[in-house]
Amino acid sequence: MPKVTVDGLEIEVPQGATVLQACELAGKEIPRFCYHERLSIAGNCRMCLVEVAPGPPKPQASCALPATEGQIIKTDSEMVKKAREGVMEFLLINHPLDCPICDQGGECDLQDQSVAYGRGASRYDENKRAVTEKYMGPIVKTVMTRCIQCTRCVRFAEEVAGIEEIGAIYRGENMQITSYLERAVTSELSGNVVDLCPVGALTSKPYAFNARPWELKKTPAIDVMDAVGTNIRLDSRGRAVLRAVPRINEDVNEEWANDKTRHAVDGLTHRRLDKPYVRKDGKLVAVSWQEAFEAIKANWSGEAAVVAGDMVDCETMFAARELAGNAMLEGRQTGLAYDTSSLSAVNFNTTIAGIENADVILLVGSDLRREAPLVNTRIQKAVRKKGAKVFAIGPETDLTYKVEWLGDDLGALSKAPKALADALKTAERPAIIVGGGALRYEGVHGAALAFAKKYKLFKDGWNGFNVLHFAAARMGGLMLGYAFDGGIKTLAAKKPKLAFFLGADEVDYSLFAKTFKVYVGHHGDNGAANADVVLPGAAYSEKSGTWVNLEGRVQRGERAVFPPGDAREDWAIFRALSDVLGKRLPFDSLDELRAAMTKVVSSLGQEGLADYGWAEPKLDAKVSGKIADYPIKDFYLTNSICRASPTMQRCSSELVHGQQWLEAAE
Amino acid sequence: MADAVHIPDEAETRAKWGGFAFNKANKKTADMYVARYPAGRQQSAVMALLDLAQRQVGEETKTQGWLPVPVIEYVAAYLGMPYMRAYEVATFYTMYNLAPVGRFHVQVCGTTPCMLRGSDDVMAACKNRGLVKGGTTPDGLFTLTEVECLGACANAPMVQINDDNFEDLTYDSMSALLDALANDKPVKIGPQIDRQTSCPEGGPTTLKEMVKANHDYRKDW
Repeated sequence: MPKVTVDGLEIEVPQGATVLQACELAGKEIPRFCYHERLSIAGNCRMCLVEVAPGPPKPQASCALPATEGQIIKTDSEMVKKAREGVMEFLLINHPLDCPICDQGGECDLQDQSVAYGRGASRYDENKRAVTEKYMGPIVKTVMTRCIQCTRCVRFAEEVAGIEEIGAIYRGENMQITSYLERAVTSELSGNVVDLCPVGALTSKPYAFNARPWELKKTPAIDVMDAVGTNIRLDSRGRAVLRAVPRINEDVNEEWANDKTRHAVDGLTHRRLDKPYVRKDGKLVAVSWQEAFEAIKANWSGEAAVVAGDMVDCETMFAARELAGNAMLEGRQTGLAYDTSSLSAVNFNTTIAGIENADVILLVGSDLRREAPLVNTRIQKAVRKKGAKVFAIGPETDLTYKVEWLGDDLGALSKAPKALADALKTAERPAIIVGGGALRYEGVHGAALAFAKKYKLFKDGWNGFNVLHFAAARMGGLMLGYAFDGGIKTLAAKKPKLAFFLGADEVDYSLFAKTFKVYVGHHGDNGAANADVVLPGAAYSEKSGTWVNLEGRVQRGERAVFPPGDAREDWAIFRALSDVLGKRLPFDSLDELRAAMTKVVSSLGQEGLADYGWAEPKLDAKVSGKIADYPIKDFYLTNSICRASPTMQRCSSELVHGQQWLEAAE
Repeated sequence: MADAVHIPDEAETRAKWGGFAFNKANKKTADMYVARYPAGRQQSAVMALLDLAQRQVGEETKTQGWLPVPVIEYVAAYLGMPYMRAYEVATFYTMYNLAPVGRFHVQVCGTTPCMLRGSDDVMAACKNRGLVKGGTTPDGLFTLTEVECLGACANAPMVQINDDNFEDLTYDSMSALLDALANDKPVKIGPQIDRQTSCPEGGPTTLKEMVKANHDYRKDW
């Protein structure tokens, strides 16, 4: 561990640290544009210059200079100050003075740093260069004249997103950042370049000219678009959520968020249910809460079935369960019926951060890029940085890294092809990921467990058995018993008289033709269209809730705004309904509800990884057949919020359907 | 960027060049280049292959050649690298033409040494013959580009036409050169005055005694 001196302060830095990191450890702020902790080092903006001895008697770029024993680093000398002023002056030569009309204003690195480290005025009289706008897709708006060529976006596209579609063309003064032939960037993570851009060259298209950062209320929340449980911050003004940006959580999303997480929020103000409805003569009619409750009471027999949707929080599921009884609960809307006797056997046991360390990974019917883009980036990292090998069973699809496809025959699980068997033999940390595309088939779950045992996927401190869910409510639902033996079809076959559907929009409602259907949700989608009574609830941004992500991590989000119109928080709806039905629920506040919930499922009371232990259920391991396709056909339209979002619809038509059309034309 | 080349319409180039592939001889050469790099590092051959592809396009169009987008993509696919990375290389280097050029690509050096020695006259000779900066003459013969230093400053002013340098030019010799090229007459490559490569003008100025026979200078020291 080298010892260095930063501005007279002697500190010890980790081996391999750069001078910039050493300065940060010493508590010194080093201005930078191109350097980013999660990207490779480029060293091209020159803003991080410091004075280092021993070495040449000139300022050095600290981001690319390794810290070595005995270095004396100065970050506040006259030379450093002059160097920074000089670099800043050069950077501003071609940067337009359009801060008042720039969306980055207020959260712009260039703005902040020119105030802190720049000269007071410009000495430049010549014309500034101008660059044409580049088209980068429906998410990223470009004003390329503002670009300072830090190449963060280029490195992000290559290293994290795994799509090399952004690059720098031409050279010298003519250098321009662009997507390939100015086509839309085909990444689920393209929105992240907006956060990475230190200036206003890449800004968010849907959010353009909507708000200034200082007028937004910022609320920490949990994303529900997929099961990763991305930590987000909801920025709201008045009653509208204007944008969602990721918070840093090394264990879950690092500092990324996918495009659905970021931009489905405009769906929160479209197609909302803001009044209770009751079906009269085949038509949904707006009614009062009282009338809606009376309609439910008429069909109440002391218990009911509950089907939970993909985005509901644990509190809602718990309240519904307390009211309706826990005999008929189901959360797997699309008909999956895997065994849930052991929660650890349907969990992502390796953990999201842990999968980075795997050296051989087998994907079984899992289109990771669409089902959990941020898990995909972890595997991409494992492949790129640590040389992991990835095998996959299922129809071929582009996962952004090299995959050895073993065909779509599930038989490969019981009899591994030679390449896979050989790789597993020498693997130290092998892992298997079973996706929803495979769990549909009988025996896959058991065969995967047998496979894990046979190839020693369990080692000391390493559990390589993973099931990948892609509904935010799934793990929480399973913990609360939302799994009916035999799946939703068997549940429907029991012909419940009354059923509550908690934001369940992917259910095949024809199964419940004879059931009195109560939809509690926030969007007028498939569920509301088929319901007999519609109770307007709150979306994830409008309630404090607990969600459990695919690795069993219990996380809490807070309320950013209030539900629209007459809509109420879901648990409060059940509490009010319970009074009418004469089965009063024993909690009057969210805190009381949480206390009651913790009593039933103790791990829901504490944020962090829930401990499921490891128990292996005895399952039939006989498997045959082929994986026909993957469950997510259109990444941008997977739930009622994004189906209501104009941005997501545009993404879908342009990136999913437009692309097919382009390919067909070529 | 005002004089940036106008890249032809994409649909048109795709229709014309979509089926591009190396011919037999070039494929052999390409594989020879690729084989120079260790396995997994084939991408290093991108510059050589782009040049090869440009030359093949040149043969097919009877010009100096250029790189249509589908050709760049072909080379990228040939080396298993993303299109964007090959496109970056093609746009970075001025020796790759992103737009069609004429049979003779006249690159006039206008950097300081050439400018001081009369590159303006050379440029004027070109203009007089109807060549326009960044454009191709209507007969498809000449494309004129002003370039930065081509590294032959000792022989300034100079132009590069296709693969050859023409040096020590004047207004007259440049005009004569263009005429000869246009009329398919043989031209002298290198200095256009009586001078061997970049040796001193008018014979040696040092080591004169060495011209005829070997001479031991050590006793003169």
